[in-house]
Amino acid sequence: MSQAANTGIQERPAPAEAARPTSLSSRALPRWAPFAFAALALALGVGTGAAAGWQSHTQWGLFSALLFVVISYVTTSVVENRRQAKDRLATSIVWVCFLLAVVPLASLLWTTISRGAERLDGYFLTHSMAGVLGSEPTGGVYHALIGTLEQVGIATVISAPIGMLTAVYLVEYGKGALAKAVTFFVDVMTGIPSIVAGLFILSIMLMTKTQPSGLMGALALTILMIPVVVRSTEEMLKLVPNELREASLALGVPKWRTILKVVLPTAIGGITTGVMLAIARIAGETAPIMLLVFGSQLINPNPFQGAQSSLPFYIWEQYKVGTDQSYDRAWAAALVLIAFVMILNLVARGIARWKAPKTGR
Amino acid sequence: MAKRIDVSGLSAYYGSHLAIEDISMTVEPRSVTAFIGPSGCGKSTFLRTLNRMHEVTPGGRVEGKVLLDDENLYGANVDPVTVRRTVGMVFQRPNPFPTMSIFDNVAAGLKLNGSYKKSQLPEIVEKSLRGANLWNEVKDRLNKPGSGLSGGQQQRLCIARAIAVEPDVLLMDEPCSALDPISTLAIEDLIGELKERFTIVIVTHNMQQAARVSDRTAFFNLAAVGKPGKLVEIDDTERIFSNPSVQATEDYISGRFG
Repeated sequence: MSQAANTGIQERPAPAEAARPTSLSSRALPRWAPFAFAALALALGVGTGAAAGWQSHTQWGLFSALLFVVISYVTTSVVENRRQAKDRLATSIVWVCFLLAVVPLASLLWTTISRGAERLDGYFLTHSMAGVLGSEPTGGVYHALIGTLEQVGIATVISAPIGMLTAVYLVEYGKGALAKAVTFFVDVMTGIPSIVAGLFILSIMLMTKTQPSGLMGALALTILMIPVVVRSTEEMLKLVPNELREASLALGVPKWRTILKVVLPTAIGGITTGVMLAIARIAGETAPIMLLVFGSQLINPNPFQGAQSSLPFYIWEQYKVGTDQSYDRAWAAALVLIAFVMILNLVARGIARWKAPKTGR
Repeated sequence: MAKRIDVSGLSAYYGSHLAIEDISMTVEPRSVTAFIGPSGCGKSTFLRTLNRMHEVTPGGRVEGKVLLDDENLYGANVDPVTVRRTVGMVFQRPNPFPTMSIFDNVAAGLKLNGSYKKSQLPEIVEKSLRGANLWNEVKDRLNKPGSGLSGGQQQRLCIARAIAVEPDVLLMDEPCSALDPISTLAIEDLIGELKERFTIVIVTHNMQQAARVSDRTAFFNLAAVGKPGKLVEIDDTERIFSNPSVQATEDYISGRFG
């Protein structure tokens, strides 16, 4: 009897713990699994592509990417569980998108550097195209480099103060209808195509009977640059904590000095970066230069009189000539332009880091 | 140089919203006056009307009179900038200027106002930092950024910055609410020393703190959410905490509401 009672006790339903996983760990794929999936997907993609005789290697790549996502999801859902599979699905899609975004960039950079490096040397940087025929392997970018530096320089000198002061107005003073109108038109101006800005200045030139010059191009670039500067400066000023303004005002500092000595220095790193990015944007503009600066083969260091050239214009011009030598020059000039923008970006980052509010002890 | 503050019939608005209504009180010179009351009852708003910081908030405006030794802060020809040089303020969260060193933070009020002699600055900075009980902790790193200090040190840096311009009145808006007990103690001791020289008004949520540091206490309350805040009573701190004349004060202090 007592034995039967004992078994009866032991046959009681197991406690609720059985419904839970008995252990905190579960089956998991090894850490190198994603790399294995990628290799497998790539092999399958290339194999399928070769077997089916697809011409475009882009198709091979896209098929591999698709396979990678599918393989990751299916394998993980079989080996691990559905939640892990979803996690893996999202991760693999993020990776694929990242690669899709990076591949064109890397390819562009590689092509420009490898093709541009053929002609890029001291001679190329210090000589103009004066008297150089399209098929000659000489000639250089000096006149275009000067043109770009001067036009972009003038445009920056005009638009950086205007843009920054507009942003200060919008953030620190502006309220009501005027500020809303300014914000709206700045937004509209951000979207103006460069050719329209060029045509606008051209119509003024025709009315006032002005000759093409670097200054006219710079004015068109100014129209393109101001809204970018306003927008970026505005965002940076908004990031300055209101407490700092109040702290300064409560010390009896007038508002204008508060803005000048507290708000702007706090935001100066970000503002510089914004201005540099705006410069980078206008440095590549071709259309206003074609209309307003006219283009030239000669060195003209005076931006206020006579035609000039510029780097993007030079690239277009050399491409149009259509000889192997001019193609080489176009690539080299493209490399110079990219290097110019990249150097500006590095300078901006340097300034931002140098000026950023310090946290160290 | 401490001055007396006489407030009469003061109301403050945010746009059309009446935040505090018809407040009258006197703040004695060389004393600590504490404002207590539930959240949203307008203590901070009232404090900010005492150095015209209220109108910095968009839509902020004030009716009524604030007399600082018989001169109305809201008089027709009064420049708010001058008012704020006379009535300094310390905020709830420490807010040192991140671009400036410790030295420059303390000197900021003088430097930014342009009214200083360069040779005097080190002396003033040392005096202010000593006054804020911070000198010994920072004297070896005056040119390091102020944001590298701990929260309590930053708050004392802000106090040093506020007293460096030699105001007559010092307003403190919950200066210890973001600090640990030890830093709070340091600042409370400091308030006790500062009242020898300044008129001090402090907003606090901590009733023990009000009882510890203040000579007089004002209790603010609001009838209901959305209604304007009002001054219920102001009296010597001892009386407020032992035998207040209004029932609501006793209820609040004994924790029956709020």
